[in-house]
Amino acid sequence: MKLRFLIPLTAFIALVGLLFVGLSLDPREIPSPLVGKEAPQFDLPELRNAEVRFARDDMLGKPALLNVWASWCVTCRQEHPMLAELRRMGVPIYGLNYKDTRSDALRFLTRFGDPYDAIGFDESGLVGIDYGVYATPETFLIDGSGKIRFKHIGMITPEVIETEILPLYRQLEAET
Amino acid sequence: MRPWHWLHAPLLALAVALLLPALTVAGPTAPPSEPMSFDSELQEQRYQKLIRELRCTVCQNQNLIESNAPLANDLRRQIALMINDGADTDEVIDYMVARYGDFVLFRPPMKGITYLLWFGPVAMLLIGLAALGNILWRRRTQVTSEPLSTDEEERLRRILGDRGQDKT
Repeated sequence: MKLRFLIPLTAFIALVGLLFVGLSLDPREIPSPLVGKEAPQFDLPELRNAEVRFARDDMLGKPALLNVWASWCVTCRQEHPMLAELRRMGVPIYGLNYKDTRSDALRFLTRFGDPYDAIGFDESGLVGIDYGVYATPETFLIDGSGKIRFKHIGMITPEVIETEILPLYRQLEAET
Repeated sequence: MRPWHWLHAPLLALAVALLLPALTVAGPTAPPSEPMSFDSELQEQRYQKLIRELRCTVCQNQNLIESNAPLANDLRRQIALMINDGADTDEVIDYMVARYGDFVLFRPPMKGITYLLWFGPVAMLLIGLAALGNILWRRRTQVTSEPLSTDEEERLRRILGDRGQDKT
């Protein structure tokens, strides 16, 4: 007799638990199918010097970050000091300037600083599509052989650097 | 008393809730922005079908035809380009899934991790129906009337008999 009430009660509590966990998940964080795969090829004009090209293979040799940003992206502005911090720690940082205008992007760098080793100017956003970009800022950690090892969507926080980016970066650095 | 009467209302509500989405399939019929031109009717149809089945990853819960996000615009253009280059539906879908994952599909593929998604609701419905059937079955046996004892029959006869005498 008691079981008759206990079973629905347990089922109800399990359902509430499931929904509660669902509340704490961020639906904007889509798992990228690119993690573990070869970083897509690109060959773009450099943002700061249109005469120079910046290609995917220029990043190879040692692990590096590829940061997708734009001057119209407010979160990118907030994230910017974190990139400078990573640069100080010795992490190479490449940029993909996504659907921006050259003058706006250059003004952004003058105002907020320029931590990038090289920046690809992806005006049409086609390289962004190849990288599955849907919400700037996005940051990829690419190993020395060109494989994507980690992707972070949204702003890089000190916590993300401390718990995710740096440990993995050090590990990849030791591997190469 | 017929105990299952009050159950009709929730059952009816459930049936309506399950059927309603199937009846309201109306949606936008033309792209919100730039018109795309295609070489053939078939390619046009392919494009129209794809932009309804692919999800915009920026404004989630909208498909590519509904969304005005710049990314949706780029993706529509990219799909049109691929179709004009001779790509078929599967090639476009593979291209999108390789970049954005299964998430871009409004019709997720049937595979190991999506079995719960595909069969979960039906399984829940079956469990619910089985439980309901079980309850109704038990109730049916509960309300069958027991025969009256001889004492009760005697009382019944007395009551009916009294009434009969009052009338005359």
